[in-house]
Amino acid sequence: MIEVQHLTKRYGRVTAVDDVSFRVERGEILGFLGPNGAGKTTTMRILTGYIPATEGHATVAGYDVFTHPTDAKRRTGYLPETPPLYPDMTVREYLEFVARIKGVPANERKARIDGVMQRTRVADMAARHCGKLSKGYRQRVGLAQAILHNPDVLILDEPTAGLDPKQIIETRELIRSLAGDHTIVLSTHILPEVSQTCQRVVIINHGRVVAVDTPQNLTARLKGSETIYVQVDAPGADVATVLARVPGVMRVAPADQRHDAGAYEVESERGRDVRRDLARDVVTRGWGLLELRPMRMSLEDVFLQVTTEEPAAPAAEEAPRA
Amino acid sequence: MRNIIAIAHKELRSYFAAPIAYIIIGFFALPFGVFFDLYVSAFVRQGLQMAQFGGAMNVNQFVIRNVLQNAAVIILFIMPMITMRTYAEEKRSGTIELLLTSPVTDVEIILGKFFGALGVYVAMLAVTLLYIGILFVYGNPEWRPLVAGYVGLLLMGGSFIALGLLISSTTNNQIVAGVVTFVVFLLLWIVGWFADSAGPTIGPITQYLSITEHFDDFSKGIIDTKHVLYYLSLITFGLFLTAKSVDSERWRG
Repeated sequence: MIEVQHLTKRYGRVTAVDDVSFRVERGEILGFLGPNGAGKTTTMRILTGYIPATEGHATVAGYDVFTHPTDAKRRTGYLPETPPLYPDMTVREYLEFVARIKGVPANERKARIDGVMQRTRVADMAARHCGKLSKGYRQRVGLAQAILHNPDVLILDEPTAGLDPKQIIETRELIRSLAGDHTIVLSTHILPEVSQTCQRVVIINHGRVVAVDTPQNLTARLKGSETIYVQVDAPGADVATVLARVPGVMRVAPADQRHDAGAYEVESERGRDVRRDLARDVVTRGWGLLELRPMRMSLEDVFLQVTTEEPAAPAAEEAPRA
Repeated sequence: MRNIIAIAHKELRSYFAAPIAYIIIGFFALPFGVFFDLYVSAFVRQGLQMAQFGGAMNVNQFVIRNVLQNAAVIILFIMPMITMRTYAEEKRSGTIELLLTSPVTDVEIILGKFFGALGVYVAMLAVTLLYIGILFVYGNPEWRPLVAGYVGLLLMGGSFIALGLLISSTTNNQIVAGVVTFVVFLLLWIVGWFADSAGPTIGPITQYLSITEHFDDFSKGIIDTKHVLYYLSLITFGLFLTAKSVDSERWRG
């Protein structure tokens, strides 16, 4: 549905996007993850035809965004970072205008606008001027505008920015419900958002793609071994040595700064479950087993790992805010 | 075409929703009324004197021509207020991103904005017809020269709008756009003043450049293709450069 090949965007000597390639299949939700200033917005602006690329190709819904911009735009819904609202129009007037320029046929406009307002929960503000809306409503009217003409592709630049936690959950649900009919690309620098909404993740840093995979695979792939967190109540005993002798265990390290807490991180060989043996060894010695759980690398760790891996990269202009 | 109408409609609505349009029309109608009153009372006084000697005065010559020429200058002062926000405001608020990512072409956007601003201008001129109507009630002016005068005003206003759009498209600050537009219009007006003193080669050039100079014949009731062409080419030129400006903005990001 979306195909991006060797996309590069330079502003003078600054390279904002550097040889980015990825694909998004029909009905998929792709998360675009990266620190601020990584090139997410620039890539999205190229995909929506707002700015042209310096090099490379991008195809949206089968149309090249450079050679057939109008056809591509007709099939794309876009929510920019700041919702593009006209402050002196009411929500309904605004959506009517958007429906007209997006080419929604006159006899379908009213039904579509009503439907979209229901879906994004802005119907109660239909008569309110856009300039007087709260941040949460602005964001949702922006989303309503993006889905109004029922586009094949939705490009959402930080759709949950500025929302309160309840609205964030509602917006994520809405986005998930849109997948299937729509192909969605959303950008964010908030990591949990990606693992909760997206089927695939593109991590971008300094304009380059550093990783593309599912959130699950990303967390798994970047870990060679599996780690288990164990907390044992055994005052004075040498727990670490005992744990290290369990077959399959490679390394034992205190999980806490305070060694007397009895918490350890036990690394085992990949694919070998040592939890049973660990528990038995602890219990048969008469110690108290307080906690035993597998530790998974969070997406946050993955993110930090891949975005700090690049050795030659210059210092980031903006630190990640996540 | 449908897109042009949609955008022109949106522009018109925002002029009238935020009360800019009413303020502009008021600002225009007030000095227009003052000039109208001045010329009509002078006309009445001199007309009485002339009548004593058996002569007659022409309303078109004496009132309408002078009032329209003054109106041209008032328009020059007021037009920046109409055009300054067109692009600058969209760029500042980010709504330009909606327009440029919608399935509409740059030319459709520019023409929509042009006709939107022209709509406000036409509303402005429509108000002046009330004054002219008074002349028809109490006198019998000729309507043909009057039509020529209004055609001239429309063409001149269109040229101002095209140039104003161009200037607005180069900045995201509408105050900057307004001031620059005003200075440019002012220069285009006063450049004609040097026509008499500038000598035989430069004189006609400055006279030709002056945007208000070309209106003189219209105010007299003459529609000369030379002047029509001048205005139409200025409008085309302004809109063409606006299209280029919007496009180059895109490349620079």
